[in-house]
Amino acid sequence: MQLALFIIFGLLAVAGAINFLLQRHPINSALSLVVVMMSLAVLYWSLGAEFLAAAQVIVYSGAIMVLFVFVVMLLNAGEEERTHGSRAAYFAGVPGATAIFCLLSFVFLTNSKAFGSTDLTSHLTHTVNNIAEISQVLFKDLLLPFEVTSILILVAILGAVVLARKEQ
Amino acid sequence: MTVPIAYYLILAAILFSIGVASFLIKRNIITIFMSIELMLNAVNLTFVAFAHMWHQITGQIFVFFVMVVAAAEAAVGLAIIIAIFRTRQTLNVDQVNLLKN
Repeated sequence: MQLALFIIFGLLAVAGAINFLLQRHPINSALSLVVVMMSLAVLYWSLGAEFLAAAQVIVYSGAIMVLFVFVVMLLNAGEEERTHGSRAAYFAGVPGATAIFCLLSFVFLTNSKAFGSTDLTSHLTHTVNNIAEISQVLFKDLLLPFEVTSILILVAILGAVVLARKEQ
Repeated sequence: MTVPIAYYLILAAILFSIGVASFLIKRNIITIFMSIELMLNAVNLTFVAFAHMWHQITGQIFVFFVMVVAAAEAAVGLAIIIAIFRTRQTLNVDQVNLLKN
């Protein structure tokens, strides 16, 4: 069952990412990125990270992508045109990305035995669930970094307001 | 039926490579910014896969912090894009060449 979930949503994520690459209009790219993020949420859930699956749907495909879609609508972004620079980047980008992919998958496949495989049953029979474990670590051991992120968010809000404000 | 962890890592590698390729190929500044988000998602998948492999919760905590930083980065980055559009009237990165020459 887990293999079926992985195949279905892994293929969906790859298809969404390729569609993201091929579409010329920003709004189409944004919507295919939402597909990638939703299928990644299902994969997180299949790896036993229920909290992150929920956070992925709420934060990434909810908040961040809505922000992107708002900016695309606000700036009235049309289809991008092909220029001379884009053709040069095409010849550099595709072989470079393929090289990165080949290197990474070579390393992962040669160490495949050491990684082992997923075993969801041990997670399901565990007495402490995922959210309780996360809150134990987040609010006890990592309380200071957690509080510092709130300052980071505050600075980001102030920065966004200052940068996007109309100059007098 | 169990899935080898290496499959998850290879899926993350595919998504990361597509993110790198679209970062280099795309000319629209908003789409370039979105491909950064795609790369961040791919790295998050490796974090969750390794957290599952070691039965440690720390990897998931790291993904949570990456999400928080990505949200802050998206807010500031989109504000910068709006400011660029106000001054240059374009979203094409080839026409934002003030520092060239």
